[in-house]
Amino acid sequence: MRYSALSVFLNGLRGNSNWAAAWRQPEPKPHYDVVIVGGGGHGLATAYYLAKQHGIRNVAVLEKSWLGAGNIGRNTTIIRSNYLLPGNNPFYELSMKLWEGLEQDFNYNAMVSQRGVLNLYHTDAQRDAYTRRGNAMRLHGVDAELLDREAVRERLPFFDYDNARFPIKGGLLQPRGGSVRHDAVAWGYARGADERGVDIIQHCEVTGIRRENGRVVGVETTKGFIGTNKLALATAGHSSQTARMVDMTLPLESHVLQAFVSEGLKPFIDSVVTYGAGHFYVSQSNKGGLVFGGDIDGYNSYAQRGNLATVEHVAEAGVAMIPSLSRVRVLRSWGGVMDMSMDGSPIIDRTHIDNLYLNAGWCYGGFKATPASGFCFAHLIATGEPHATARAFRLDRFRRGYVIDEKGQGPQPNLH
Amino acid sequence: MASLIRCPHCGARPKEEFTIRGAAVTRPQPDAGEDAWYAYVYLRDNPMGPFDEYWHHTSGCRRWLVVSRDTRTHETYGVRDAAAVAGESRS
Ligand SMILES: Cc1cc2nc3c(=O)[nH]c(=O)nc-3n(C[C@H](O)[C@H](O)[C@H](O)COP(=O)(O)OP(=O)(O)OC[C@H]3O[C@@H](n4cnc5c(N)ncnc54)[C@H](O)[C@@H]3O)c2cc1C
Ligand SMILES: [Zn+2]
Repeated sequence: MRYSALSVFLNGLRGNSNWAAAWRQPEPKPHYDVVIVGGGGHGLATAYYLAKQHGIRNVAVLEKSWLGAGNIGRNTTIIRSNYLLPGNNPFYELSMKLWEGLEQDFNYNAMVSQRGVLNLYHTDAQRDAYTRRGNAMRLHGVDAELLDREAVRERLPFFDYDNARFPIKGGLLQPRGGSVRHDAVAWGYARGADERGVDIIQHCEVTGIRRENGRVVGVETTKGFIGTNKLALATAGHSSQTARMVDMTLPLESHVLQAFVSEGLKPFIDSVVTYGAGHFYVSQSNKGGLVFGGDIDGYNSYAQRGNLATVEHVAEAGVAMIPSLSRVRVLRSWGGVMDMSMDGSPIIDRTHIDNLYLNAGWCYGGFKATPASGFCFAHLIATGEPHATARAFRLDRFRRGYVIDEKGQGPQPNLH
Repeated sequence: MASLIRCPHCGARPKEEFTIRGAAVTRPQPDAGEDAWYAYVYLRDNPMGPFDEYWHHTSGCRRWLVVSRDTRTHETYGVRDAAAVAGESRS
C-alpha cells in the first residue's frame, strides 16, 4: 500500500483501524540468493537496495532481536557530510544526497530535517583545523561555512561566549546537515525491502557459518540452517563475534557510547551544535526533548550501558557551553555497542572467503552513513565490484598502510 | 563497573584514578616479522566475556596494571601488576 496524504486522511476517518502491517513476519525459506546478518539500519538498507537497484529479491535479513533493537534505534540521529579526507568525503556526501531524496524514494516519513550542524571552535588552532576541513568539503562540492563569533552569537545568543578556559570563537557550519528520525529509517527500509520480496526474519540469531570447499553455504541459526549463495555481515557492534565464526579477527573493538534525552522543552535550539572542547553535542527532537551525548566511555564493552564518569563529563561540558542547561532535567540515558575501528573509518569489503562480504567499523558515526552504506554494500554484493565512493573502505588497508584516520589518533580505538 | 579497583600497590581506590589503555596484547620481538607486528598493532580478539586490559594507575602509584574484566557485565575480577604479568609470560 502506498502511503500518501490521502491514505492518512481516509484511514483517519476509519479510526486508523485499517492499516496493513508494514512488513510480513515470514518463516525462513531453506535457501536464499543473499542472506544478510543484522537487521539494523545498514542490513535493512542493503536489502532494500539489493532489491530495488539490482533486482535481487530472494534475500533474507536475519536479526537476532527485534527490528531496530541495535544502534539504529539508539543513536542521536545526526546526519552530516563534513569530512576532511578524500576516502571519506565523497561517500558521506553520497549518503547526504540519498537522505535528501529518501522519503520520496521509500515512501515513508523519516522526518529528514536539514537544520544545520555547527561545530564550535575555541582556539586559533581549532579554527585553522576547521578552515582546512571546510575548504576540503567545498573542494568536494559539499556545503560549508565558517562562522565567526558574532555570527554564532546571532544564531545562538544563550551560549557562554566568555567561558574563561574555552571561549567560543566561532564555528564551522554545514547547513545541509541535520537530523532524521532513526526508527523511521529502519521501518522505511524494512517496509520497502519487504514490499519487494525480502524476508525480514526477527528473533533469529546466527550462531555459526557453514562452509564447504572454502565457500560459505549457509548459516546456523536459532531457527535452523538457512542456505545461501552469498552471505553479508552487517552486525555493527557484534562484528568481531560474527567474523569469529569463520575464524577472522578484525581490526575492531566494541565500545559503549551513551546518549541522553531531557524532558520536553519549548523550542530551544534549532540546529545540531557540537562543543569543541571536551566532547558534547546537542539537538532538540521534534517532541521537544534535548537529545545529547559525548564521547565513548573508552573501554571495551558489550553491556549496552555505560558509567557515571561519562555522564558527569557530558553534563559538565553541556553546562559549560549552555549554562541554562543546568536547570533541565534528564529523562533517560542509554548506551549502545559500537564497532570502533583502528582508524575510525568503516569497512565495506569482500573477505578472504569468496562469497562472504563484510560491513563493519562504523564507530559512533554510522547512522548518517546508513543510506550510502546500504547502497554501496548492495553494489558490492550484486556486482562483485566496490562502489566508486566506497573504494577506500578496504579491510586490508591496515596491513597495507592506507588507513583513513580523520582524527589522526593512530590505532587506539578509544581515542577516535 | 565497580567503583573501587583493588590496585596491588595502593589497595582499593576509586575507578576514576585509573586510565584505561585497552587490550593487554603482548608486544612482539623487534624481528618477529610483518604478520606479528600487523596483528599486534591492528587486530583485536575483542571478546564478549572475560578480557584482560592495560590500566594505568594515573592518579596513584602510576604503575601499569593488567585488569581482568567481563565485557558483558563490566565486573572486574583481577588486578595484577603489568610487569609481573610480563614476567610470567616470559618464564
Ligand atoms: C548512543 C549512540 C549515539 C549515536 N549517535 C549517532 C549520530 O548522531 N549520528 C551517526 O551517524 N551515528 C550515530 N551512532 C552510530 C550509529 O548508530 C551506528 O554506527 C549504526 O547504527 C550502526 O549500524 P546499524 O544500524 O546497522 O547497527 P545496529 O542497529 O546495531 O544493527 C546491527 C544488528 O545486528 C544484529 N546482530 C548482531 N549479531 C547478530 C547475530 N549473530 N545474528 C543476528 N543478528 C545479529 C543486532 O541485534 C543489531 O540489530 C550512535 C550510536 C550510539 C550507540
Ligand atoms: Zn596503584
